[in-house]
Amino acid sequence: MQTIDMASTELREANSTLQAQKADTNQKAWEIVNPKGSHAIACGLDGPIEVTVRGSTGYYCAGMNKQAHIHIVGSAGPGVAENMMSGTVVIDGDASQYAGATGHGGLLVIKGNASSRCGISMKGIDIVVHGNIGHMSAFMAQSGNLVVLGDAGDALGDSLYEARLFVRGTVKSLGADCIEKEMRPEHLGILKDLLERADADAKPEEFKRYGSARKLYNFDVDNASAY
Amino acid sequence: MNKMTKDVSGIPHTVPQKPATFTDPVNAEIRRAAATGIYDIRGGGAKRKVPHFDDLLFLGASISRYPLEGYREKCETKVVLGTRFAKKPIELDIPITIAGMSFGSLSGPAKEALGRGASAAGTSTTTGDGGMTEEERGHSDKLIYQYLPSRYGMNPDDLRRCDAIEVVVGQGAKPGGGGMLLGQKISDRVAEMRNLPKGIDQRSACRHPDWTGPDDLEIKILELREITNWEKPIYIKVGGARPYFDTTLAVKAGADVVVLDGMQGGTAATQDVFIEHVGQPTLACIRPAVQALQDLGMHREVQLVVSGGIRTGADVAKALALGADAVSIGTAALIALGDNDPRWEAEYNELGTTAGAYDDWHEGRDPAGITTQDPELMARFDSIAGGRRLSNYLKVMTLEAQTIARACGKNHVHNLEPEDLCALTVEASAMSGVPLAGTNWVPGRDESY
Repeated sequence: MQTIDMASTELREANSTLQAQKADTNQKAWEIVNPKGSHAIACGLDGPIEVTVRGSTGYYCAGMNKQAHIHIVGSAGPGVAENMMSGTVVIDGDASQYAGATGHGGLLVIKGNASSRCGISMKGIDIVVHGNIGHMSAFMAQSGNLVVLGDAGDALGDSLYEARLFVRGTVKSLGADCIEKEMRPEHLGILKDLLERADADAKPEEFKRYGSARKLYNFDVDNASAY
Repeated sequence: MNKMTKDVSGIPHTVPQKPATFTDPVNAEIRRAAATGIYDIRGGGAKRKVPHFDDLLFLGASISRYPLEGYREKCETKVVLGTRFAKKPIELDIPITIAGMSFGSLSGPAKEALGRGASAAGTSTTTGDGGMTEEERGHSDKLIYQYLPSRYGMNPDDLRRCDAIEVVVGQGAKPGGGGMLLGQKISDRVAEMRNLPKGIDQRSACRHPDWTGPDDLEIKILELREITNWEKPIYIKVGGARPYFDTTLAVKAGADVVVLDGMQGGTAATQDVFIEHVGQPTLACIRPAVQALQDLGMHREVQLVVSGGIRTGADVAKALALGADAVSIGTAALIALGDNDPRWEAEYNELGTTAGAYDDWHEGRDPAGITTQDPELMARFDSIAGGRRLSNYLKVMTLEAQTIARACGKNHVHNLEPEDLCALTVEASAMSGVPLAGTNWVPGRDESY
């Protein structure tokens, strides 16, 4: 395993080293120590490597990740795994605002709680939160799956498009155009797969599904109060 | 006899007079709103008359300064953008760039033409809400990749293959507003690029999903630089709202370039009330932004690009004289391509409008085939010919700016300065900070510039 000590390594050098690891690299396992809340750690990676961050991170850790498996042994600051394209990001602790924002693909697992706007504008990413999520989560979420084992805060799924939301606990309130929907067999299948991949101890049948009522998809003056 | 001043009995009475407040257009809009229940959405920028570059004049050379010989003595036009932090600043042959316009609002061939024209003239073009297309990348020697709140199509590969990144905070047509692409223009390709169903209205958020405020923005820029190896210049685009403070904060956040878009700047589709009633005229924005850069000791180190109503080389020269490093054009570029051309007048009439006034770009029925995704209409537009027209236009504007600069004795268009100018109106003088013509007076200033 290769080790990068952020106490003695510049951010640019650390990221440049990790970003240089492509598909044919033989240095598959990496460890980052002493992150001490630094921002933009392990962002822009594009290779099938495993990166373990030992400690908590600042903003945008694993931003725009492709292919890499990034494990944060700590908590993550705002915008963790923002705009992720593929790969996996696992956070042992909690995640701050905007976790997985605009993500296009890959899997983000938060073993603690996620703050507000988790999955905002998500575009295909899968997010599994073992704990609770804050308000305005999945705002304008376009596609992908957001799974919450705990509770959801206010205005879940406001102005939602085609993303699927699964919540096991309570939902404080639903946002505009977000409704509870029938849980069909294909949804249970999706949930089962995601729960297994996220190492989550829950059964698909315990969840409710939420999605778009699709009433705001085209402007209608009769819906003016919702705009 | 004026029959309007006498009735049948021959008794004089007052002339019927329409109120200045409730004009025909105002009344028409009230009736339209009452009939439809929806606000008016349109493209373009502010149509109201506001103080603009036409209200400024150049003084030219005199005994105190001598002019350069046209066609004999060199007047440089090159500009370098992104010299503050980026490893690879952008070098342009001319100080006129093409503003961000999305694929979706524009057709693929129109985006290609913008790339062709800009490249032939030695300048850059810019993506828009909707991501980067191959046509655009392939035909643009220098392509600026917009980083927008919607993040439609955003991906690290395109981020790395652009030449600069423009973080869009605001737009002159709608400071504080998001974007809108109505369902009529959502073709299969547009839908796929934006990862949304076909035919639905696509809203673009008014603020970024993963940062708020200048402190966050500074970290966001750090991330973008880390992903792109600190190679790309980072532009920050702001609408003409609070130019002094927005410029200050953009510099604080780490911008290499500030793009300042006044209220005449266009949009693909926004509420008319937003376009006409929010933001400041371009002319009013430039000096505060330049002042902010000067106060920070960053003028010319952080470059300023001004947009919103640039039409001629004179506009370019005036913007540069006020302190901009370059300008950006959008609406004018579309007109050069063929938008609103009188050759389509009959079809504009069928749409209930006339050439020069057509602004329902969001409906996707553009007779010129530019602001549409309709295959038949798109086929009318020749991207090669369109690119050539744009290139010609850019070169003419550059020649015009050079002509003025030489007349002011400048061997580089960047050497134009406020003291080369005077203002024709009190308002323009106050906004631009140059003296009212025939005086040394600048309203609102203790001392003249």
